[in-house]
Amino acid sequence: MNRYPLWKNALVIVALLLGLIYTLPNFYGEAPAVQVSTARTGVTIDAELMSQVENTLKQASIAHTGLTLDNSGVRVRLADTDTQLKTRDVLEKALNPDANDARYVVALNLLSKSPTWLRSFGALPMYLGLDLRGGVHFLLQVDMKGALTKRVDSMASDLRTQLREKNIRHGGINREGDTLALRFRDAAGRDAARGTVESVLPDMAWTTSESGGDFVLTGRMKEIAEKDIRESAIKQNILTLQKRVNELGVAEPIIQQQGADRIVVQLPGVQDVAKAKDLIGRTATLEVRLVDQEAMLSGNMDGLEVYPERARNGIVTQVPVKKQVILTGERFETAQSSFDDANRPAVAVKLDSTGGRIMRTVTRENLKKMMAILLFEKGRGEAISVATIQGEFGDRFQITGQFSPQETNTLAILIRSGALAAPMDIIEERVIGPSLGAENIEKGFNSTMWGFLAIAVFMIGYYMVFGFISSAALAANLLFLIALLSLLQATLTLPGIAAIALTLGMAIDANVLINERIREELRNGVSPQAAITAGYERAWATILDSNVTTMIAGLALLIFGSGPVRGFAVVHCLGILTSMFSAVVVSRALVNMVYGRARKLEKLSIGTVWKPGAGA
Amino acid sequence: MEFFRIRRDIPFMRHALVFNVISLVTFLLAVFFLATRGLHLSVEFTGGTLMEVAYSEAADLNAVRKSLTDSGFSDPQVQNFGTARDVLIRLPLVKDSDSAKVSQQVMATLSAGEGAKPELRRVEYVGPQVGKELAADGSLALMLVIIGIVIYLAMRFEWRFAVSAIIANLHDVVIILGFFAAFQWEFSLPVLAAVLAVLGYSVNESVVVFDRVREVFRNARKRTMSVPEVLDHAITSTISRTIITHGSTQMMVLSMLLFGGEALHYFAVALTIGICFGIYSSVLVACPLVMWLGVKREQLAKPVKQKQEAVV
Repeated sequence: MNRYPLWKNALVIVALLLGLIYTLPNFYGEAPAVQVSTARTGVTIDAELMSQVENTLKQASIAHTGLTLDNSGVRVRLADTDTQLKTRDVLEKALNPDANDARYVVALNLLSKSPTWLRSFGALPMYLGLDLRGGVHFLLQVDMKGALTKRVDSMASDLRTQLREKNIRHGGINREGDTLALRFRDAAGRDAARGTVESVLPDMAWTTSESGGDFVLTGRMKEIAEKDIRESAIKQNILTLQKRVNELGVAEPIIQQQGADRIVVQLPGVQDVAKAKDLIGRTATLEVRLVDQEAMLSGNMDGLEVYPERARNGIVTQVPVKKQVILTGERFETAQSSFDDANRPAVAVKLDSTGGRIMRTVTRENLKKMMAILLFEKGRGEAISVATIQGEFGDRFQITGQFSPQETNTLAILIRSGALAAPMDIIEERVIGPSLGAENIEKGFNSTMWGFLAIAVFMIGYYMVFGFISSAALAANLLFLIALLSLLQATLTLPGIAAIALTLGMAIDANVLINERIREELRNGVSPQAAITAGYERAWATILDSNVTTMIAGLALLIFGSGPVRGFAVVHCLGILTSMFSAVVVSRALVNMVYGRARKLEKLSIGTVWKPGAGA
Repeated sequence: MEFFRIRRDIPFMRHALVFNVISLVTFLLAVFFLATRGLHLSVEFTGGTLMEVAYSEAADLNAVRKSLTDSGFSDPQVQNFGTARDVLIRLPLVKDSDSAKVSQQVMATLSAGEGAKPELRRVEYVGPQVGKELAADGSLALMLVIIGIVIYLAMRFEWRFAVSAIIANLHDVVIILGFFAAFQWEFSLPVLAAVLAVLGYSVNESVVVFDRVREVFRNARKRTMSVPEVLDHAITSTISRTIITHGSTQMMVLSMLLFGGEALHYFAVALTIGICFGIYSSVLVACPLVMWLGVKREQLAKPVKQKQEAVV
C-alpha cells in the first residue's frame, strides 16, 4: 500500500493551486497604459489627481478600460497604442501646463491584463529584464577623487570669503591635490588666523610648516569628512539622475547604488534611446567664475585656466577665468528656457538664498566686469556664456549665450536637475531594441516548449504510466518555477529562460533515477507496491546528493555573477529547489493516486522490465 | 521499451588505463589549443563596444566595414549575425575617447551612407575596468564551485571520491574551453554560466555512480566482490539512468540549439560538449581514479548508521 497522509496530499494540492494562481497572470498579456507619477517631492498622488485625470480624459472623449490609483501613481489602461500616445499627450498638456516646470511624470507603460481578482492576490506577471522588453542599462562609475577635489575647491572659496569679511590678511590660498595651503608673511599672522580657519572649516585637520620664507597652514580632509563626502556624492548623483530620468517620462526606472562608487540606471521600454543616453550620460556641472580681463586684453594667458567659447558662427574665443569659483550648480534652484529682452533664447535661473547672497556681493563688487558661466563635461570645460555685469543682481537672472531654443531647453533641464556632486563615467552600457526583446521571448519560449515536449514524449514512450507521471511532475516543476519567479518578481532575462529550459532538462534526472530504481526492484522480484516504496526511498539520497552539487555551482554563480550570469543563476537555484519538491513529492502523490489503493497490484506500467533470467 | 539488456557487469575497470589515456590526450589537446590560440573573449571580458543592427535587406558587410573605417573607427569587426540582414559590429576600446558615445557615432555613420538605413537592435558597451572584474569574478566563481564540491563530497563520501570527481570534471571544463579555443567560438558570460552549470551537472553524474559504489560496499551479500568488480557493478547498474538522463537533458539543449537563435547558440554548444564529455569523464575517468587512489570497503562500510541519519 502506498498512501500519503492527508496533510501531504493537501500540501501538494495547495502548492499546485498557489502555483496556478501565481502563474496565471503571465498568460493574460499586457495592455497599453499611461502612468502619471510625481516628478518631485511635495507633489502628492491622491484621489484629487485621479479625478483630474478622469475629467481630462472625459473632456478629450478618450475611452479608457480602467483607472487605478496606488502609491506609485495613477494608471490609465487603454485599448490600443494609438489611444495610448494620444492620452499621454492630452494628460501631459493638462497636468503640466508649464512644460519647464513639470509637476508630474506622464509615461507610457504596459500593464498586465489579468483580471482584478487575480491582482487582489498580489499575483503579477514575471518581471521581464531589459533584454526581453527592450530598454537601456547603464553602469556609471562615480569619480570620487573628482568629488573630493571639487569639495576642496569650494572650501577654498568659502575660506577666502570668510577671511576677507573678517579682515584677516593672508598671502594666498591654494589647493594642492586634496590639501589646502594658506600662506602667511609671519608666524604671528598664521597663529592668529588659525582659530578662525579651524572654525570655518572644521572638516579639515590643520598643520603648520614653513617653506621658502612663507609660513604655511596646511589643511587636510579628516577621514570622517572624506567618507561623508563620498557617501553624499553618490547620494546626490543618484538624486540628480532621478530628476533627469523623470524628465524622460519612463514608467519604471531603476536607479540604484551598486558597490561603493557605482550607480546602475535601467530604463525599460524607453522609446527614445538617444535622448535617454544624452541626459543620463551628461555629466555636466556648472560653475560661475569671473573672467580675468587683464589676461584677456594682454593675450598672455600663461598659467591661467582657459576655456573656449563657441560662437554661433563657429568662431572659438579663448576665455581666461579666475581661480575662484563664485557658484557651483548646487546653488541653482530652478531653471527655465525663455527669451531675453532682445528676444534671444536664454535660460532664466533662480538661485537659493546663499547663492543669491553671494551673487549680490560679487556683482556689486565687480560692476562692468565680465563673468563667465562654465559647463564642465567629462573633464572638459566650456564657457557657455560670457557677459558683462550690467548691474547688481541677486537670486534671479538670465543666462544668455549663443544658444538655440533647443539648447536652452536641455541646459534648463541640466541645471534644474541639479549638478552632479562628482563626475561620472559610463563604464557599461546595454541597449536592447523592443523588437529584439520580443524575439528573445519567443525564442526562449520555443526552446523550452519543444525541449519539454521531446522529453515528455520520450518519457511516456519509455516508462509508460510512470513516464506520464514524470512528465506531469516536470510540468508541475515548470508551474512552480514560473509562479515563484512571478511571486518574487525576480528579473527574468534570456539567460534566465535558458536556465528554465536547462533546469527542466536536468530535473528529469530525479524521475529517471526513481523510475530506474523501481524497475530494478521489480527485476529483483520485489512486489510492485514494495518496489514503489523502495524505489523512491533509495533514489532520494542520490537525488539529494546530486542536487546539492548542482546547487553549489548555482550559488557560486549567484554570488559572483553579474548581469546575464546572475539572471541565469537565480532561476537555476530556484529551479533546483522546485525540482526536488515536484520530482519527489508531487510525482509520488500521483503514483499513490494511481497505484496506491490497489490491494492486489500485479504489474506496474513502467515499460519493459527485462530480467536477465527470462532469456529474452 | 528497455534499451539496456545487460546480463553481466561490463568490465569497465579492465580498460581503465585506455579510458584515461584517451581522456589525457583530449585534455592535452585542449590545453594545447588554449595555449596556442587562446580564448576568443567577448566584449564583456575585453571591454569594447558590440552593436547589432538590422537592415531591411541583405547588408553589404564590406560597405559597412569601409564606412566605419573611413569615419575613423580603428579595426572594426563586422559580421553577419543569424541572418544576412543582421549585422554584428565589434569595436575595440579606444583610449581617451568618449567611448559612451561610440554607438551614436556608429549609427550616425551607418545612417549617413547611401542605401537602406539600419535599425539599432542592441548595444553593449563595456569599459575596461568592468571587463577585468568580470574575468576575476569568473575565476572566483570557478574556485568557489571547486572548493564547495570537494568539501561536500569529502563530507558525504570520502576524500578519494571528492578528489577523483573534481579532477574528472575539471578536465571537462578544460575540454570545453579547448573547443572554444580551437574553433575560436566567442566566449561570453552566458558561456561561462554554462561551463559552471556543466561542472555542477557532471559532478552530479559522478555522485550517482559513487552512491552506488557505497551502496554495494555496504551490501553484506556483495562482500566477496573486489574493488574493480564493485566499480564495474556500480557503473553497469546505473548506465541506463546515465544515458537516459543525459539524453533528456541533451534533448532540451538541442531544442535550445535549434530554436534559441544566435543569443543562446554558444551557451547550448558549451552545454552539449559538457554533457557528452561529462558522461565519459565522470564515469570512466572518475571511477578509475578512485580505484587508483586506493579506495577500500572499510572506508565506506563502517559508519553505516550515522550516514543514513545524515541523509535528512
